[in-house]
Amino acid sequence: MSLADTARSMGKAIRTLGVVAALTFGTSAIAAAPVAPAAATPAAATVESAAPAAAASAAAPVDKGSYVPMKPTPGKGQPVDGGWTFQDQYSDTGKEALWMHDYLLMPVIVAISLLVLVLLLVVMAKFNARRNPVASKTSHNTAIEVAWTLIPVLILVVIAVPSIRLLAHQYDPAPKGALTVKVTGYQWYWGYTYPDNGGFEVISNMLSEEDALKAGEPSHLAVDNRMVVPVGEPIRIQTIGSDVIHAFAVPSLWFKLDAVPGRINEKVLKINEPGLYYGQCSELCGARHGYMPIAVEALPRPQFEAWVRTQPGGTVGPVAQAIPAAAPAAATPAPAAAAPEADASAAPAA
Amino acid sequence: MLPPRLLPDAKFQGQGSTEMATIPANEGFDAHDHAHDHDHDHKPAFFARWFMSTNHKDIGTLYLIFAIFAGIVGGAVSGMMRAELAAPGIQYLGYFAELLGTANPSFDQQLHLWNVLITAHGLIMVFFMVMPAIIGGFGNWFVPLMIGAPDMAFPRMNNVSFWLTVAGFCSLMFSAFMPGGTGQGAGTGWTVYAPLSTSGSVGPAVDFAIFSLHLAGAGSILGAVNFITTIFNMRAPGMTLHKMPLFVWSVLVTAFLLLLALPVLAAAITMLLTDRNFGTTFFDASGGGDPVLYQHLFWFFGHPEVYIMILPGFGIISQIVSTFSKKPVFGYLGMAYAMVAIGVVGFIVWAHHMYTTGLDVNTKMYFTAATMVIAVPTGIKIFSWIATMWGGSLEFKSPMVWALGFIFLFTVGGVTGVVLANGGVDDNLHDTYYVVAHFHYVLSLGAVTSLFAGFFYWFPKMSGRMHSEFLSHLQFWVFFVGVNLIFFPMHFLGVQGMPRRYPDYAAAFAHWNWVASIGYVIMAASIVIFFINMLYAFLAGKKAEANYWGEGATTLEWTLSSPPPFHQFETLPVIDDKAGH
Ligand code: HEM
Ligand SMILES: [Cu+2]
Ligand SMILES: [Cu+2]
Repeated sequence: MSLADTARSMGKAIRTLGVVAALTFGTSAIAAAPVAPAAATPAAATVESAAPAAAASAAAPVDKGSYVPMKPTPGKGQPVDGGWTFQDQYSDTGKEALWMHDYLLMPVIVAISLLVLVLLLVVMAKFNARRNPVASKTSHNTAIEVAWTLIPVLILVVIAVPSIRLLAHQYDPAPKGALTVKVTGYQWYWGYTYPDNGGFEVISNMLSEEDALKAGEPSHLAVDNRMVVPVGEPIRIQTIGSDVIHAFAVPSLWFKLDAVPGRINEKVLKINEPGLYYGQCSELCGARHGYMPIAVEALPRPQFEAWVRTQPGGTVGPVAQAIPAAAPAAATPAPAAAAPEADASAAPAA
Repeated sequence: MLPPRLLPDAKFQGQGSTEMATIPANEGFDAHDHAHDHDHDHKPAFFARWFMSTNHKDIGTLYLIFAIFAGIVGGAVSGMMRAELAAPGIQYLGYFAELLGTANPSFDQQLHLWNVLITAHGLIMVFFMVMPAIIGGFGNWFVPLMIGAPDMAFPRMNNVSFWLTVAGFCSLMFSAFMPGGTGQGAGTGWTVYAPLSTSGSVGPAVDFAIFSLHLAGAGSILGAVNFITTIFNMRAPGMTLHKMPLFVWSVLVTAFLLLLALPVLAAAITMLLTDRNFGTTFFDASGGGDPVLYQHLFWFFGHPEVYIMILPGFGIISQIVSTFSKKPVFGYLGMAYAMVAIGVVGFIVWAHHMYTTGLDVNTKMYFTAATMVIAVPTGIKIFSWIATMWGGSLEFKSPMVWALGFIFLFTVGGVTGVVLANGGVDDNLHDTYYVVAHFHYVLSLGAVTSLFAGFFYWFPKMSGRMHSEFLSHLQFWVFFVGVNLIFFPMHFLGVQGMPRRYPDYAAAFAHWNWVASIGYVIMAASIVIFFINMLYAFLAGKKAEANYWGEGATTLEWTLSSPPPFHQFETLPVIDDKAGH
């Protein structure tokens, strides 16, 4: 990468800081959250139906309708007993990253560790005081010194190329009209807002151990209300913290993004198969940091829409159906125009 | 070089005893030759010697004792953590909270205690165990000896450095008994991220923890100034920079890292204090600040800090490997400048700790590439140690066994660093147990192993008594098994997705956590062996000769008695052209 690129990215980072400074989310902003989708989706007519500020766990859907929470599949989207490899991956970038780890990084680091181990053993066996009473005085060998500088450089270049490519793929921007889910970290639960579907917010709390087992789900990971998303299409995930920093992380999707107060982070998530994928908060956020798990349920589009209709104020409007068609004005949240939250999408950190 | 006259000046002022009146300060080195009728070493009385010390060896000893004490405290805290983590659910936190003075702790108070434990463990191990031991302890003891200097350049300031560190430790201990938000004590993690550490933690606990860092940091900055001045100005005649033992090089580079990195930490945590107490909003977006800015500042200090903890260890290992191979260090200049390179590059890779904060893609690409560069000089060091041994005549005395263990364990920790360096891969591993495994391999298994290596290498020199070689070997093997059992399974937990800083976890993570807790017990047993060894040495250890390791030990400390005289090199040694490193 050229110096100019670097300089540009530094400049961008500084600009981001500036924009971020303009976005302020105090506690009052949380209460006002439902206002935002109204401004963000001018095309959706059902503005007034935006849900009132939801108190923790009070957001129980009025009518479950045709949506039945999916049962977890053992070994999918969750850790396995005594497991010692990465969880199976259900996103393209996850597969790419896993490939890079398993077939490039692991062989290299195992080889290097073994090489050092073998060299140590050889040295200990051959050059101990009994077998080699008189030490040589060699203390230089330019050729070998150049070799052990250049060979590692080459290995690192071989690693760097796919590594940079992976980063580029992870940062592919979301297509216009992609569904947006806004993830808010609270002390100590998650909120999932669907600005394109009426702006309702799903409040997600951990299930107690008994409730989890009753529901046939893993304890410490199961939640009362899941983040439900459509499968097979890129989703724009925006994270923000409401009080302190949290991190939205789902290991089987290779996805982790901090939820920082006063700043919107954005990244694309595309899930390849329907399923239930568990994650946990991954930034120390206070006492119950260990008790705010994440459950992402990926459903085919029609079932997802059925779920949306079960949510208070949930709408499936032209916005949602605009994929991949044009309707850009409607599809993109109106920039800058109205509520302060709206221009957040104009300033994703990515 | 300073004019030689300045050296005794500093020393006599520092000593502050009655001799000042009888020996004119500018009389120079000869002064001591006339002092036969005094106590041979001019040791001050107990209080003056240990509480107002200006002698680099005494201060080094104080640092070592303090570090061992702090290590016991930090290690006990990790024992509490491993007990709690041995099985899913919350088992012992309530009990611990009651012990620490919270009657009938609520669930949140118990969980808060967990965060206090991880915070205390991290801060104690970094600032009050590794740094005081390796820089304050071994640095103070052996830098002047190895460069042929009578003492440090600023002996009184040296003492101030030590007591600031002690004061910092006390401040951290106080914080554990003050309100800190959801419970007693500071529960922010050693990284003290805003806004958890500002609006997220009401009560004075976090202020005291921050103040503790100020004190320890100020002590380290003064220490760094002292080392730089000493090494640049007080080398014996003929000891050019390129003839300095590698341990001295490592302390020199470390001192520069301290001097450049710690002020940034001081600024960052001062901003935390004013955000907390005086209404500023440096890290609060609602006032125009940015929480991520704190992370940039912290890691601008934090990454150099991890090298501050390991570079002196590199130096120690170089001395030991050379001594017990009976060969000069292979590629001396490469070794020295590899450390300089690590120091320089260490300042431009900090954001690899922040890959998931929402960095720009180009920024992430840059930090990925820059971070991988560090592996190159690190590799040079490892291969050069092996090449030093190649063709040597190896003796497996205890320090050498610890050094060999270091080289392997550090390699394992280093290669996982190369995995984490890839921003795209780190997305999954960041803030999981994989990172915990990585940094414990380079620190608990790396830096601490180098500490034990150095300790057994120099203990007889410092104390005048030989330790038991058998017990030291035994301790090594028990320690080796224990720490690998603790930390290797953490790689598995990390790739499976277990986040760090969790007191409780899903059933799937139970197996490896159980193994790690067993490992802790084994590791603790190795520490018991260590103390038995110390008891043995002081009660029954043989008297140590000047050069008890024999022909391979060629640096200047081996020309002195064990322990060295209270004041050494009253006549400066002269290093001739042929002397090796
Ligand atoms: C080969 C050289 C190394 C590389 C490429 C490397 C890379 C990394 C990376 C990328 C991380 C961040 C992981 C994350 O948080 O997601 C990390 C964490 C860490 N590293 Fe290293 N590292 C190296 C050597 C070292 C050494 C020598 C030390 C100290 C002796 C060290 C100590 C640490 C510590 C303490 C952390 C965790 C800090 C925290 O989050 O609390 N590393 N390393
Ligand atoms: Cu959290
Ligand atoms: Cu680092």
